[in-house]
Amino acid sequence: MLTGNERKKDILIVRLEGELDHHHAEEIRKSLDELLEDSSIRHLILDLRNLNFMDSSGIGVFIGRYKTISKRGGQVCITNVNPQLARILDVSGLYRILKVYNTVEQAVDGIRGEAV
Amino acid sequence: MNLRNEMRLEFLSRSQNEAFARVAVAAFAAQLDPTLEEIADIKTAVSEAVTNAIIHGYDNPNEYVQLITQIYDDCVVIEVIDHGKGIEDIELARQPLYTSKPELERSGMGFTVMETFMDEVEVNSAPGQGTKVRMVKYIRNDTAETERDE
Ligand SMILES: Nc1ncnc2c1ncn2[C@@H]1O[C@H](COP(=O)(O)OP(=O)(O)O)[C@@H](O)[C@H]1O
Ligand SMILES: [Mg+2]
Repeated sequence: MLTGNERKKDILIVRLEGELDHHHAEEIRKSLDELLEDSSIRHLILDLRNLNFMDSSGIGVFIGRYKTISKRGGQVCITNVNPQLARILDVSGLYRILKVYNTVEQAVDGIRGEAV
Repeated sequence: MNLRNEMRLEFLSRSQNEAFARVAVAAFAAQLDPTLEEIADIKTAVSEAVTNAIIHGYDNPNEYVQLITQIYDDCVVIEVIDHGKGIEDIELARQPLYTSKPELERSGMGFTVMETFMDEVEVNSAPGQGTKVRMVKYIRNDTAETERDE
């Protein structure tokens, strides 16, 4: 489930909540894609603080959105990664394409820092 | 190996049962007093195997997925069984990034996740007959230590 979306100029910040398995993937994918139809969005920050569970279905969702964002020359960042998520992300090699930050603020600063 | 307990579940091949299956196994496995990380590993692996049965094994939501969990002194043994399509080339299917359903944004990492998070993963499958995934997770708690030393 997506909660509390926020815009900071060309950055979209989205909070993921609950469980990202195959059952929930479709809904999350759809909601994200609707938000990303706004072509003024260049970067995406996914805050995983309240994401309690994820399996490899989530990997597909992240890679799909990464493709959209990288076409716009932007970055996908994830924040507040708990140990279970960290292991899935590690196995999947997602750390090579997604940037990881402790907090949303640090992610915003990171994107700004590189954008100069 | 001393079988301490066993449970068998059967549920329809519907995606809302993925969460049910992983939570049920985790609750049952709690008898071995696993760590939070071990529980998370088991839940993730069960989620992968059950999801595969539902989306790859069957192409409709009215078939049954079978889930057997056995508890031994030092490990949990989980079997996820479907009587669906089966796998033609198991070695290929187990390779990282291989998926037969890229159009569904599958990542092809399910088997890799099971292999990473569990101690043993065995796949038996035949085209047209179905698939059985058997996974073992050793639980390294103190009780199990003592009993293994005997
Ligand atoms: N229970 C099953 N029945 C039939 N085919 C399966 C089953 N489980 C896995 N497969 C096959 O193995 C492939 C790899 O599975 P997996 O690693 O979980 O990746 P994904 O689910 O992302 O496709 C699947 O794409 C499918 O072709
Ligand atoms: Mg899978």
